[in-house]
Amino acid sequence: MTRETTVEAKAVGKTFGHGTSAFRALDNVSIRIDRGEFFTLLGPSGCGKTTLLRCIAGFESPSVGTILLSGRDITAEPPNRRPVNTVFQSYALFPHLTVTQNVAFGLEMLGRPKAQVAATVARMLALVKLEAFAGRKPAQLSGGQQQRVALARALAPAPEVLLLDEPLSALDLKLRKEMQSELKRLQHETGITFVFVTHDQEEALTMSDRVGVMSAGKLLQVGTPREIYNNPVSRFVADFIGETNFLPGVARGGVVRLASGEAVAERVANGPVTVAVRPEQVRIAAAGTRGIPALVARCVYFGTDTHVHMTLEGGVEVVARVQSPPSGDAGFAPGAKVVVLFAPDSVQVLDD
Amino acid sequence: MSDRSFSVARVPGFATIAVTAFVLLYLPILTMVGYSFNASTSVSEWGGFSLQWYRLAWENETVKAATARSLIIASFAAVISTAVATMAALGTTRRGSFRGQTPIYVMINTPLMVPEIVTAVALLILFGVVRQVTGYQGLGYLILAHSAFCIPFAYLPIRARLEGMDLTLETAAADLYATPWATFRRITLPILTPGIMAGAMLAFVISLDDVIITEFVKSAGQDTLPTYMLGALRRQLTPEVNALSTALLALTVMLLTAFFLTTRKRN
Repeated sequence: MTRETTVEAKAVGKTFGHGTSAFRALDNVSIRIDRGEFFTLLGPSGCGKTTLLRCIAGFESPSVGTILLSGRDITAEPPNRRPVNTVFQSYALFPHLTVTQNVAFGLEMLGRPKAQVAATVARMLALVKLEAFAGRKPAQLSGGQQQRVALARALAPAPEVLLLDEPLSALDLKLRKEMQSELKRLQHETGITFVFVTHDQEEALTMSDRVGVMSAGKLLQVGTPREIYNNPVSRFVADFIGETNFLPGVARGGVVRLASGEAVAERVANGPVTVAVRPEQVRIAAAGTRGIPALVARCVYFGTDTHVHMTLEGGVEVVARVQSPPSGDAGFAPGAKVVVLFAPDSVQVLDD
Repeated sequence: MSDRSFSVARVPGFATIAVTAFVLLYLPILTMVGYSFNASTSVSEWGGFSLQWYRLAWENETVKAATARSLIIASFAAVISTAVATMAALGTTRRGSFRGQTPIYVMINTPLMVPEIVTAVALLILFGVVRQVTGYQGLGYLILAHSAFCIPFAYLPIRARLEGMDLTLETAAADLYATPWATFRRITLPILTPGIMAGAMLAFVISLDDVIITEFVKSAGQDTLPTYMLGALRRQLTPEVNALSTALLALTVMLLTAFFLTTRKRN
């Protein structure tokens, strides 16, 4: 299947302010988002993900670079001429209009005939299961219901791209989980390209077809959730997505060795490196067997699993995530001598 | 939760002070209202209940003309000052901070603090020149003068309403294909309406009871209700003044009630 691009950013940069107080929110960001894809921009607050979203929506204009929509340059188009709709973090529902009027707004502004507006609004309210609330004002709805009105309002004009700016951050955990699957369902049913902004890595991993990881205005890595989790390109990505052990190492003669001397991976280029291993890929075995000697420091119980903190020779800390046994006690006493092993192909070697 | 926190209601003497303050505020007004029903010709000697002063005022052609003039001036002043204040409020809130922002806020609000007599003298001189040049003698001077001093009063509630409005709403409207004009008409203006209504009513009431500026600016035969009453003080004071004041009070109370209802209804 050939992939068709909906949104494309070409070398987009955005600087706020001038001179010494200038802040570079986006730094040479290039990205292609496929049609019908659930794409997530992930990063800590202030990384530029919302600025990129606002550049696509037209609320900000990039200082440099171009934004293309289905191959057409829309960099200079005002937001009301872009076939792109946004779900705002604060929902931004019009307080003086009913649910129906809110959902109809975009269609009316596009000059669609009355009958078509009514039919589309009815279809949208059914899609988000709010038929019973059509006559209510936003203030008479719960947070989750407001969220759904915002979704219906943004989907009603059938945009080429739906932009979602941290739409779930105001909801409590249970409602958030519900809305996550709701969003996946809506995206599947409408086939519209979703560009979703979040700082929640779990949300990004569970919902997205592809994820773009951002930091300090730069796009660091783009890939499927599996790719960015299993093959992070940098220490930042490995650290931001899930939990990771970072161990100092040296590559020499095609082999990467830890400070304690054990060979853990292969690599052609020589020099100091960082070895990254996910805690669930760390195995613990009895002292004396083949492996890297370690001392158990403490165990932290998380319910389904237990994190075993250990110290290697030289004071480097390694965390292993082991499944909690039915008794709840993983059986590692602080001070116990053990050895650790890394599962095959689980070791990532990152440049220092 | 409030049982341990500080409450001014438990300070000794609170009730006494509150009651005294209310008596001081409302006793004169209640006295005036009471004496407007006085059968005697004296302003302060009770001679039995009568509606004669209301009847006399109602039949007094001068009072009728002055009332009509007051209402015309107040209506024009309310509309003009509210329109200007709305534009000023939009101009000062619907954009990022700009150079000269503080001076502009000060310039809009200073008329509230300048002694009215100063404005009155200034307008007297200015309009005197205009009169000489143009020969125009109509109500336009009073309407202009009232519109001018009502602007800051109309501006305050409108600006407060605009500042309380989520700017994202306008962004959302633009996102949903609304042109800037459609955004203003369909989103900003309806949300702003209670503020505009409040501003207009405030301007109307302020214009209605103005004495000082009117007294200085008016031409001969242009008495408004308040300046007519002031004139009555110089001629012969009868309870007619009480009746007129009471009627004016009733109108003001009605407008202020409407003001509170429109500003409270939302949210």
